Amino acid sequence: MSAKPKTIAAFQGGKTIKPGGVYWLRYILPALLFYVVFMAYPMLDSVRLSLYEGTAGVRQYVGFANYVRLFTDEVVSKRFWNAFGNNWIFFAYHMILQNALGITFAAILTNRTMKGRQFYQTLIFIPCTVAVLVTGYLFKMMMNPQWSKAPLEKAGLGFLVHSPQGWLGDPGTALSAVSLVSVWQWVGIPTMMFVAAFQGIDDDLIEAASIEGATPWQQFTRIRIPLIVPVIGMVAIMTFVANFNAFDAVFAMETLDGAPNYSTDLIGTLFYRYGVAGQHPVGIPEPGVGSAISTSIFCMLLCGVIPVLVKTQGKE
Amino acid sequence: MEKKTRSLKLMNMHIPYHIIMILWSFIAMFPMWFLIINTFKVKKEIYTNFFGLPHKWTLQNYRALLSNSDFFVYFRNSFLVVVVSLFMILFVGSLCAYALAHWRTKTSRVIYYFFVIGMMLPIKIATIRLIQIMKALGTLNTLFSLYPVYIAMGLPTAVFILTEFIHGLPGELYEAGYMDGAGRFRIWHQIVIPLIRPALATVAIYNLVPIWNDLWFPLIFITKESQKTVLLAVTRLQGQYSTDWPKVLTILAMSALPVITLYLIMSKQFVKGLTAGAVKG
Repeated sequence: MSAKPKTIAAFQGGKTIKPGGVYWLRYILPALLFYVVFMAYPMLDSVRLSLYEGTAGVRQYVGFANYVRLFTDEVVSKRFWNAFGNNWIFFAYHMILQNALGITFAAILTNRTMKGRQFYQTLIFIPCTVAVLVTGYLFKMMMNPQWSKAPLEKAGLGFLVHSPQGWLGDPGTALSAVSLVSVWQWVGIPTMMFVAAFQGIDDDLIEAASIEGATPWQQFTRIRIPLIVPVIGMVAIMTFVANFNAFDAVFAMETLDGAPNYSTDLIGTLFYRYGVAGQHPVGIPEPGVGSAISTSIFCMLLCGVIPVLVKTQGKE
Repeated sequence: MEKKTRSLKLMNMHIPYHIIMILWSFIAMFPMWFLIINTFKVKKEIYTNFFGLPHKWTLQNYRALLSNSDFFVYFRNSFLVVVVSLFMILFVGSLCAYALAHWRTKTSRVIYYFFVIGMMLPIKIATIRLIQIMKALGTLNTLFSLYPVYIAMGLPTAVFILTEFIHGLPGELYEAGYMDGAGRFRIWHQIVIPLIRPALATVAIYNLVPIWNDLWFPLIFITKESQKTVLLAVTRLQGQYSTDWPKVLTILAMSALPVITLYLIMSKQFVKGLTAGAVKG
């Protein structure tokens, strides 16, 4: 408060008449209305829907039957646990590889004496502005051995081709391929967040450390990394939420069934099939099971996000 | 001494770093290169010349696309969705933030955090209920099913960023307005709005990219040809022109062009906008 000019908060205590809550509610109401009707309420009401069976007209309360089906039914649970496991692998690729690359690039790009940093930053971030659907289609084309085999072998890069079925067609490699494409696309976001974090570190600290004889690596691991823990926590949360919400990447590169043989099926695609489109070949959506899936994600996100928030955002 | 400055100079060139960054820049840009060069090829050339520059450059794919009226409809829909949603997010969001920044009580704190929690939760979770709501409102298969969802989706970050920003504004700026006896609403649009322009830009960009690039809600809400967004139209391409790959790639390129262009013009604001929400204000 001292150095800064008076903020509104300080001004409020002054001589102006303070209007009360009833007055301000008029300003808040439009936003609140949109937020409650189209986000908060449908989200919470999905929890209730997960206790019902059947479509809107003939809905019947069934208690936890949808969850029992989801977790234990022979067919449904097999799909659910498969997608759940796949999603953790998908998440691990992002959490480990994408964020490690992000920190590395950020450390490089915050070297004061390095030239061309702005240029690299601009390039790295371009894929983040393109739709997943577009990059997905591109990679699907490029990874198709039918087309890329001959030119790549000619260029001496034959190891990049997986013949004959392609990386996306082999159940053993499809999930990794999809994950890596997604890592490729989004690495710009953590990079930029870490760049901002590193730039926020007081120069005196680094200078003092280097006078004391700390090597650049020691400065990195002992000073710069510990100082950006809140940002690392935030990036971890964002990665977690985004990955258990992923859908487009699989939709673009594989199919809604998470082909081949459900090896790339994620919670997002499973949710779409059960809750929205209906399972093949019947094609009747089951809003109850769908809501049970979304409620499970909801709980899992809360369980994952809150501890990380508390641990890393500490004193705020 | 001389030797030392030279080695320092060499160190300051950061050669290994440049190698890493050039390598990654190449990896990051290669698919974009692939996309762009193939839009200038004739239909057959892509089969024989997959990654290289076209032997014979052609604008035929672009011409075909621009003479296709469906394409304009998709673009118009996408633009409408982005513009209307962003306008509403900024409008109701800044009104709400103005109130939350001035009215500091327990109730207002609760409302504020109620909004902020929404930043952590993906709106996709609400999809099944939203389908039913849109059905009841009769807006399925129209853009009116998309606007409210995107507005709701954008509000948590808008309220978060704008409230913090308005709260940090120096109070003197209002004093003159209050002295003149200006109403709160006039102060909002004549004093507050011009002052918070940078924050409004951040919020706009934060929402622009996900809305333009969203596939999930159009895919679920819209099947009618005249109401499709660009990205939804793209999903049907493979079936439609299954053999004319340069044409497919041209449509992909055009769908990405508006956002990439905007990004290249104002990359600083973009980076700030897209990483906002994680770093305060």
